[in-house]
Amino acid sequence: MFKTLMNRWEQGHRTTSYPKTPIELPARYRGLPTVDPEAPAALATSCAEACPQAAFDRDERRIDLGRCVFCGTCERVSDGKAVQFTRRFELGTADRAHLVTAGDLPDLAQHAKQHFKKLFGRSLQLRQISSAGCNACEADLNVLGTPFFDLSRFGIDFVASPRHADAIVVTGPISRNMHTATLTTYEAVPTPKAVIAVGTCAISGGPFVGSPEISEGLESLLPVDLFIPGCPPHPLTNLHALLSYFK
Amino acid sequence: MESKLRAITNGEAIRRDDIPQLSVSTFREQALALVAAGGKVVQLFGTAVVDGVLPTIAVLRLGDQLWTAATELPETYASLTAEAEPFHLFERELAEQFGVTPENHPWLRMVRYHPNYADRPDVFGNDYRVDIPGNYPYYAVAGDEIHEVAVGPVHAGVIEPGHFRFNCIGERVLNLEISLGYQHRGIEPMLPGASARRRQTLVETIAGDTSAAHSLCHAQAIEALADRSPNPPDQMVRTAALELERLANHTGDLGALSGDVAFLPPANYFGRMRGDLLNMTLWLCGNRFSRGLVVPGGVGVTLERVDFETVLGRVQELKPQLEHVIDLLFATSSVRARFDGCGRVSRSDAEHLGLVGPAGRASGLDYDVRRVFPTEHYTQLDLDACQPFGGDVYARARIRADEILASIALLEKMLPKMKRTEATDVVEHSLAPQSLVVTVNEAWRGEVSHCVLTDADGKIVRYKIKDPSFHNWNGLAMSLRDTGISDFPLNNKSFNLSYCGHDL
Repeated sequence: MFKTLMNRWEQGHRTTSYPKTPIELPARYRGLPTVDPEAPAALATSCAEACPQAAFDRDERRIDLGRCVFCGTCERVSDGKAVQFTRRFELGTADRAHLVTAGDLPDLAQHAKQHFKKLFGRSLQLRQISSAGCNACEADLNVLGTPFFDLSRFGIDFVASPRHADAIVVTGPISRNMHTATLTTYEAVPTPKAVIAVGTCAISGGPFVGSPEISEGLESLLPVDLFIPGCPPHPLTNLHALLSYFK
Repeated sequence: MESKLRAITNGEAIRRDDIPQLSVSTFREQALALVAAGGKVVQLFGTAVVDGVLPTIAVLRLGDQLWTAATELPETYASLTAEAEPFHLFERELAEQFGVTPENHPWLRMVRYHPNYADRPDVFGNDYRVDIPGNYPYYAVAGDEIHEVAVGPVHAGVIEPGHFRFNCIGERVLNLEISLGYQHRGIEPMLPGASARRRQTLVETIAGDTSAAHSLCHAQAIEALADRSPNPPDQMVRTAALELERLANHTGDLGALSGDVAFLPPANYFGRMRGDLLNMTLWLCGNRFSRGLVVPGGVGVTLERVDFETVLGRVQELKPQLEHVIDLLFATSSVRARFDGCGRVSRSDAEHLGLVGPAGRASGLDYDVRRVFPTEHYTQLDLDACQPFGGDVYARARIRADEILASIALLEKMLPKMKRTEATDVVEHSLAPQSLVVTVNEAWRGEVSHCVLTDADGKIVRYKIKDPSFHNWNGLAMSLRDTGISDFPLNNKSFNLSYCGHDL
């Protein structure tokens, strides 16, 4: 008992006051990239050629955040002159097309389905489906349950059964071997329900795009309401998207 | 018997001509003799079917030496597993990838459920347009009051998918069979044709919680083939990356174990501290899972002294907290009552299964790649041999706690000495033609290994990956024997294996 109390004292209070007060992530964190529309064509070409994900559109000077793995290669090859990664972690969108960007993302809260806010604003139960991928997205969703983020203070929880859920949160590129299980779990969630794609894999197939073993994005199987890009998305990216879209 | 295998060093590129080509029967004799002497399988893989035979390479280890040899397998051959269990999953994988049948294999089933790469008739009689599990006859137990419990692929948590089939009498588990493959993304066949940058992303996402270890195996393999070696400051950063990964995951695991025996204070404290550890990696490379940190040729980011001082400060701040919460966990009688004696895997079973990492060490197999085949800065570090443990949940938890404290000590020793590193770009290297390289590292779950094979033009023709979980899933199955089914979650957490690392 004494040890329990001593540890409680030492651990202190750790829960962030976000979103009431802003959080700053470390300098090397790669969040929302911005593309310079005036950058020389040669630089844009080298960015496009260097991108391992074919996420950079040389002509439109845009990056598809649904394909980007935030490796920072384009920033390095252009020495920050064509692309710069900012520390902005608010990346969620309600529309796949919004993810193709030069650095401006529309306000997520305004693009949310307003009846979802009414239905799920005070209580949102999520059923996570891990559909291949690398388990990093799952790790950074799980972390939302730790005392620092304390997701349940917002009335949001991950639940064990799809029958108890209001929404599914899909991670991974939906492998051939998870295709049916993903759809069956979706069907088991009572309507009205929301579909959330977390991570580059679930949005486009991610690093595994081109493999015959995966599908190229959840949207090819189900109507997706909320897209949260990242490889994996930072926990704050997930938290911001959930709060903006549903609260 | 004289060994016809060739000794090979961790991270050494050798000419393919120098790999001894043995007849199938000599290969079999030699491999079985090495395992009978206490050796283990590090890799056993086919390259591509040529003229009806499958060129196959084995990498084995015995004591502190790695050995290799090659053979050509016909469409059917006498199974090695029938004589020595450590070949079990490797032979199943060979059958699945290349359509070769190991005769008298005691448990010939699919590993991941995909068509073979050789366009051969399927060994298992599957039509892959039909959903997983296909033609997979599960182990069955007959008798009065025997019942089966089927769990998954989708589990009741934020966890990866897999299928567990329990044969029970009442609540007592007679046998657990684990069938995986749901996470299969087909990474291995993607790697040979991928650009260097694409390959970097792919190896980092084999298992996201093991990015540092997998990217280190990849980097060392490419460096060996390109005849480059990273400078010592880079090697120290890479060593630190591996230790930070170990620390974060072990800390998370202790929290999960505590949560599973309903002792919530350490569950929350460890969970929070795991986040702090991931944030140290975020500080170093901009990603919580070491992405872009370990690259062929060195380190992917420019790091200054101030970065190492920052991380050292954070490690030192966290150290007493970790010590105190570890003490709280193991001093709590309700925790000990659940951990002690639960899910015991005997040393002999662990030997037969070829368990690696903390799970193997918990059962008394004192094998740690960092000590036995050291690379990077580990060559200059002294690691203590681990304490013998009893192979139960307590042992698997205790060994994590010990390794957390040991990793902190290593970081405290290294970080003050670390020097500025310059970012290395991921570029195409020209690779030695007709060569083989094997790299082995101690990931937080145990031995991880990559094998890369090049052709006459120096192009990668085969990239073989082995995640430590490949060795350990059957350890989890064994721990459940004669245990209450309600102890499954606790045992599962005590192994905490990777589904995607197994399924690739």
